[in-house]
Amino acid sequence: MSENNHSSSYTPRSALAKWIDKRLPLPRAIHDNFSSFPTPVNLNFWWTFGGILTVCLLIQIVTGIVLAMHYTPNSEHAFASVQHIMRDVNYGWLIRYVHANGSSMFFLAVYVHIFRGLYYGSYKAPRELLWMVGVVIYLLMMATAFMGYVLPWGQMSFWGATVITNLFSSIPLVGDEIVSWLWGGFAVGNPTLNRFFALHYLLPFVIVGVVLLHVWSLHVSGNGNPTGTDVRKIDKETVPFHPYYTVKDSFVIVMFLLLFAYFVFFHPNLLGHPDNYIEANPLVTPAHIVPEWYLLPFYAILRAIPSKLGGVIVMFGALGVLLLLPWLDTSKIRSARFRPLYRPFFFVFLLVCLGLGWLGAQPAEGGYVIAARLLTFYYFAHFFVVLPVLGYVEKPKMPISIEESLKSKTMKGQS
Amino acid sequence: MRIVVVAFILALAFVLPDRANAAGDETPPLPNIDWSFEGPFGSFDRNALRRGFKVYQEVCSACHALQFLHYRNLSQTGGPEFSEAEVKAIASNYTVQDGPDEFGDMFDRPALPRDKFISPFPNPQAARAANGGALPPDLSLIVNARPNGANYLHALLTSYEQTPPADLEIGDGQYYNPVMSGALIAMAPPLVDDIVEYSDNTPATVDNMSRDVTAFLAWAANPHMEQRKRIGFQVMIYLVILAGLLFFATKKLWRGRKWQQPE
Ligand code: HEC
Ligand code: HEM
Repeated sequence: MSENNHSSSYTPRSALAKWIDKRLPLPRAIHDNFSSFPTPVNLNFWWTFGGILTVCLLIQIVTGIVLAMHYTPNSEHAFASVQHIMRDVNYGWLIRYVHANGSSMFFLAVYVHIFRGLYYGSYKAPRELLWMVGVVIYLLMMATAFMGYVLPWGQMSFWGATVITNLFSSIPLVGDEIVSWLWGGFAVGNPTLNRFFALHYLLPFVIVGVVLLHVWSLHVSGNGNPTGTDVRKIDKETVPFHPYYTVKDSFVIVMFLLLFAYFVFFHPNLLGHPDNYIEANPLVTPAHIVPEWYLLPFYAILRAIPSKLGGVIVMFGALGVLLLLPWLDTSKIRSARFRPLYRPFFFVFLLVCLGLGWLGAQPAEGGYVIAARLLTFYYFAHFFVVLPVLGYVEKPKMPISIEESLKSKTMKGQS
Repeated sequence: MRIVVVAFILALAFVLPDRANAAGDETPPLPNIDWSFEGPFGSFDRNALRRGFKVYQEVCSACHALQFLHYRNLSQTGGPEFSEAEVKAIASNYTVQDGPDEFGDMFDRPALPRDKFISPFPNPQAARAANGGALPPDLSLIVNARPNGANYLHALLTSYEQTPPADLEIGDGQYYNPVMSGALIAMAPPLVDDIVEYSDNTPATVDNMSRDVTAFLAWAANPHMEQRKRIGFQVMIYLVILAGLLFFATKKLWRGRKWQQPE
């Protein structure tokens, strides 16, 4: 993990450190990757979200393991065991509220991180694989959160699981077999809960592994930066990651934790659904089955398509298109700062995604469905029409180097 | 380009139907009560919780269970805070089945503070049978299980008096209540003035009893609320101080760095 034409600056100080360095140069890898790593000087606020995401993942794992010590993955006892955690386990309410809201904060951060990538063209060469690994993390996060939401075994847990697993029944010929295989029975029930728990425990550690690949890839190509131009002068245009970015990122992470704490302590149930405080009941269907907020845009896309199979294909397509993005965007310029046409289209796309999220929470009827269809159409048009065409018709401004961007900032007197 | 965005938003506004019409909920908006436990500084009013417990015990507990509460919870801090002796006395009014004893027999004994609240019915079937087929839900989490729960519960308990619309068909064992979705509920009006005798000077009006039992059930659903908010403040203050220190550390560390770079 020490490419990026930055040779190792690690010097083992003690005899023991030398001994270790010859055999397992882990301290060297940590030093090179997280301390001396040359990082562009001009990274802005939006570049702190990778660090925030790491913190979120660790928080989920630590609180999750403690929850698992008290939770009972059995459909007869799961709901009551969550109440046991909330009422009788010391600070159990805190652990659970941090875990439940942590999931929302995690997704908030990942959405900022993804849109940062879209705005600054972070997915372009040589960072295509870095981007694609990120998309895989996002998919794994959605799978993890979906299965986690089933564990408290409330009404939304049960019915959300039923709706989503049922999607697979639309696969021709073998759909029904696949669904009962997923369920471990003929309906969502105890076997489903058990396997979801096992997978919900497993996937976060898979995510850790994929995050390591993400960081490895990052450290091969180096960080991008708001100008979208490559680092030319290591000494003038970069600073060592530590202490410059460790300290700056810590500040933003603490600001993020303030928002997090506000939800946990003062509105712990705002982002959840009241129906999940009712124990799962296969005989009573809730009036509106809605997933957690972070899955709503895809839920809107799913319901916008009149055919079930079509909806499933389009929904997965909406995710899959992210993997193709590096090749759909034909512009050589990375940063939207220098792309006068792409910039407004980026904001329209952002609004479209927010609009889809809002529509996902509305009943699937009348004008809502029409709106969802229009926005779904636009979502794909953005990738398959706007991005490829812009690369040809747009007259980009001349990107400036990192050094020049610092100069212009100094002149304008901004910080 | 701004024009594109504005046009886009306007287009959306045309396509989207009015939310109120589409959602299909005809229930009236809930009156907003100024609960003592609302807001970041809110806490429970001990006396209201004690009166509310009395209402639950003497009225609602005939039909509704509180399966996640133990009698000992009644004396824990942040709740009604009865004394341990009072809790012992309350629990001893109930009988639980225990056992098996050394002969293998089950036996009855008075409930202890460590026991769970005794449910009025042994199982949902018995509860339905006693209530004309309708199931009285467990109330331990009811305030969290309804949107805007506390206002909902209070409105539900105080909205029986209104006259139903002429075209509404009210079946046997059903009562008109505009707050309930569908406007019909299988629960007879549980509260009437003075059904409970309050030991403080609070008049036992339907409105007061409803407020008190709502406060009690809000506590029952969130027994650690006061502790949560208290710790929340400590955490926020700690984080603000930490953020301040890190802000100045960042400024100091980066001072000169950015400005001195270009020649
Ligand atoms: C005589 C039995 C009885 C008593 C006493 C009683 N209830 Fe009910 N309650 C019911 C039944 C039956 C239902 C189910 C109604 C339905 O499903 O239509 C119900 C439903 C409810 C609901 C759920 C409404 C909803 O949104 O679904 C609440 C809340 C409630 N009761 C609160 C109370 C409170 C508080 C008291 C005490 C002041 C009380 N009940 C006393 C029988 C009773
Ligand atoms: C990627 C990281 C993770 C995400 C996004 C995530 C998400 C979630 C979500 C959304 C819930 C439902 C919360 C609720 O409403 O109560 C949940 C519950 C749960 N999670 Fe996780 N989780 C993650 C990691 C973990 C890990 C690593 C473990 C254990 C090793 C774990 C154990 C649990 C348990 C036991 C529950 C059920 C208890 C409860 O519902 O509060 N989670 N998770």
